[in-house]
Amino acid sequence: MKKSILLSLTAAAALAVGLAGPADAEIKIGSTLAVTGGASFLGDPEAKTLKMLVDQVNAAGGVNGEKLELVQYDDGGNPNKARTFATRLVEDDEVVAVIGGSTTGATMAMIPVFEEAKIPFISLAGAVVIIDPVKKWVFKTPHTDRMACGKIFEDIRKRGLSKVGLISGTGGFGKSMRQQCLDVAGSAGVEIVADETYGPDDADVTPQLTKIKNAPGVQAILNAGFGQGPAIVTRNVRQLGIALPLYQSHGVASKSFIELAGEAAEGVRLPASALLVADKLPDSDPQKEVVVGYKAAYEKATGQPVSTFGGHAYDAFQMLVAAMKKAGSAKPAAVRDAIEQTKGFMGTAGVVNMSATDHLGLDLTAFRMLEIRKGDWALVE
Amino acid sequence: MSELLQFTFSGLTVGAVYALVALGFTIIYNASGVVNFAQGEFVMLGGMITVFAHAAGAPLPAAAALAVVATAAVGILLNKLAIERARGASVVTLIIITIGASIFLRGAAQLGFDKQLHRFPSFSGDDPIAIGGATILPQSLWMLFGAAVVFAGLYLFFTRSLTGKAVLATANNKLAAQLVGIDTDFVMALSFGLSAAIGALAGILATPITLTSYDAGTALALKGFAAAMLGGMGNPFGALVGGLLVGLIEAMTAGYLSSDYKDAAAFVVILAVLFAMPQGLFGKSAQERV
Amino acid sequence: MRPIFAKPLSARHATLLALLLLIAVAPAFFPSNFYYRVGTLIFINGLAVTGLVVLIGYAGQISLGHAGFAGLGAYACALGPVHLGLPPALSLVLGAVLSGLLAWLVGRPILRLKGHYLAIATLGFGVLVSMVLANEAWLTGGPDGMAVADLGLRGLLKSAGIKVGNAELWYWLAGLILLAGAWLALNLKDSPSGRALRSLHDSEVAARTVGVDVAGYKLSAFVISAVYASVSGSLLALTNRFVTPDIANFLHSIELVTMTVLGGAGTVIGAVTGALLLTALPQVLTALQEYEHIVFGLIMMLVMIFLPDGLLPSLHRLLRRRSS
Repeated sequence: MKKSILLSLTAAAALAVGLAGPADAEIKIGSTLAVTGGASFLGDPEAKTLKMLVDQVNAAGGVNGEKLELVQYDDGGNPNKARTFATRLVEDDEVVAVIGGSTTGATMAMIPVFEEAKIPFISLAGAVVIIDPVKKWVFKTPHTDRMACGKIFEDIRKRGLSKVGLISGTGGFGKSMRQQCLDVAGSAGVEIVADETYGPDDADVTPQLTKIKNAPGVQAILNAGFGQGPAIVTRNVRQLGIALPLYQSHGVASKSFIELAGEAAEGVRLPASALLVADKLPDSDPQKEVVVGYKAAYEKATGQPVSTFGGHAYDAFQMLVAAMKKAGSAKPAAVRDAIEQTKGFMGTAGVVNMSATDHLGLDLTAFRMLEIRKGDWALVE
Repeated sequence: MSELLQFTFSGLTVGAVYALVALGFTIIYNASGVVNFAQGEFVMLGGMITVFAHAAGAPLPAAAALAVVATAAVGILLNKLAIERARGASVVTLIIITIGASIFLRGAAQLGFDKQLHRFPSFSGDDPIAIGGATILPQSLWMLFGAAVVFAGLYLFFTRSLTGKAVLATANNKLAAQLVGIDTDFVMALSFGLSAAIGALAGILATPITLTSYDAGTALALKGFAAAMLGGMGNPFGALVGGLLVGLIEAMTAGYLSSDYKDAAAFVVILAVLFAMPQGLFGKSAQERV
Repeated sequence: MRPIFAKPLSARHATLLALLLLIAVAPAFFPSNFYYRVGTLIFINGLAVTGLVVLIGYAGQISLGHAGFAGLGAYACALGPVHLGLPPALSLVLGAVLSGLLAWLVGRPILRLKGHYLAIATLGFGVLVSMVLANEAWLTGGPDGMAVADLGLRGLLKSAGIKVGNAELWYWLAGLILLAGAWLALNLKDSPSGRALRSLHDSEVAARTVGVDVAGYKLSAFVISAVYASVSGSLLALTNRFVTPDIANFLHSIELVTMTVLGGAGTVIGAVTGALLLTALPQVLTALQEYEHIVFGLIMMLVMIFLPDGLLPSLHRLLRRRSS
């Protein structure tokens, strides 16, 4: 009698453990972003997007039958901190993949960790050096700054102009994009006739703009930067009465730029993903469904206007989940291979076709040229 | 010529903000010998509170008044809860306390407000005023006017009013001041409140031009501190001159030399001045007792 | 007859023993390799603050720009192998020499200043260094930084038949270098030069009257602390395999000074404790998410208000009072 009770109890215990096993199993995804600090308008929407999507996926049953767990850290855009969190994610939290690195500096600092630990890493930063040269475990979703330059120069040439005055921020993004623009200008048929810079905290750039205004033959102004700089540049351009076409970078693709720049923003053009003009896209546009869906979900979940940076996180997450489903497992190596084989994925940034030599997968058509008209975004035909 | 004028306008605009921040540093230093690294946060609070009060429906003047009062209260609390209790601590310890306060206020602003950039409308519109081929914004004139008024007010306060003299007496020798019947606690509270109010005013005047966000204070505190040192710590006239000078140096460097190093130019000049005049341009020479 | 073990340990030996114990015993408690990384950072910061103890604690000066020297050391290790073909270890030495030289050149005029003026001058120096590092992108890779070559120690050990993981190796290496640095600083403290140095803390005028070369000793303290900061920066660059101009910025200088003062600027063990707390704290505070900065600022204020001499001296006083 006692023996049988013992036996049945043991069996029940074994069953309980066995059942508890798979149900508790979770796929851990890591993330370290600049949620606070100078780059927080990058990291904050990115973090909010990831959280929203993880909740969404888990509510629908998870991936391959397992729930996702997001381990989110805030590196404040500081590369040393990012590096420490990268190690923490890999060694302590034992994640299977990482989406993160809001800034290029943070991304580059973390790459050695992921390469050594063989964990797939999808970066949300802009510079082209992240995926060129290609690194086995590193991918990225945002357009490169090189592409932005290309798109802007293309539009400038379309308007019959060729002499450009460049003004860029001395932060990582601005400096990197400035270099890319200088590199591709020649082959795009554009001549850079002025090259000024400003600091990220500068409140007035009229000296620099005055020099650009006086540069011989200048026909257009290109501002490479993000944060408060572009808004101040735009306002100062109006203050000085400079009537030249002004181009901004994809770094200012958010509604708050229009608010901050006020009337001065009228007529400013910039390359951006279709996300900003989601509702204005024709129904036949292949991106419309994705961007409208994400915009609605994000604005509902956070009460804030959608941002292209959040869109990068959206693309990264969806690609990761798709890769896990395709690979049928959450093993880092298998997931990495599946990410690399992503083909025809429609994201907020455009169509993604990755390969062993291309870990970004976007082409120039993914970028749209937008113009600010009457305080809102409009597509330039 | 119009170029030089434009650079000058730019330098004065930015310099006016620095001057107001430097004036704020000066008051607290005069009263307590403390350099308050949270001064930048007072500027930030002035701007941010105005933004959010205005967005909540208050007319701009009311929002601004609220911001000044609220920030002054924060300054008084900072004194009461942090600085007063650290009486007699070393220079380094006090610096760390105010830096801790600055981090705390920034963190609180992050939570209480948000992480976005903000501005509110300029007081007199954005149409630039053309002078001699250069343009200046009406808001810049407001800033310069504000700096001048604050400076004049402080000058009169410290030299003509009894309370102002009491502040200076407290800074000179706290014990002696108490012995002649000065309520030194009140003097300290007043100094911090006044300094915070001036900081808030700086934020309010500057935001239409410089924009504001929860971390706008850090860079301003640095430049304001540098300007105050350049002019001679503790001297309101030095703070005014120091602030405007730093702004002008930056603008001229950006205009005539290299915009990359304009911030560096200001620091190089400050270092050069301090090497030649260790008390700054107008500072009093300190006496060391054994 | 009192047994020799009853003789109380001198402060110097106690400090070194405590450090040695900490370094040697801690790994037994590490749940994962991540903690080797945190330990490495603590030791690297500890090295920098040990240098600051010489400047702030012994000589009574202040510097809000010491991260500039850390930046120089870090970029020496980044640029040395690439542009001069030097092995990273030699680049570290080169960086230390350059930092010492720069400190010697800049120190004389800067140290004539006192109090807040000295603070702003050193701050300006730090800002200038970080600006040059950020602007000269053709050399330094600009704000996005540049990669740093491998120290090669792991490979060297491997060829000698010793296999050790990267994280562990750095932990032991940094710990060893910290011990060496602490030993040097403590020896300095008890030497005649050290005593002359410490006389500056209380009163420069008095020190001068008894014949101490005030300017000379201040300069030595500045140079020594610059070298410590430089080595610390080099180690950081080598362990990260990456460096950005952030390492020389104002915030980092403030962090270093805060660590030094928080634990107790007068002693090496105090400063290292400060380094331990402020390096480990952000990792602990990640659980607080959005409240991290508020709590951090609050802790800084509270510790400095209630324990103005730093954590360790106050604890020491508390224990002494209890036992009497």
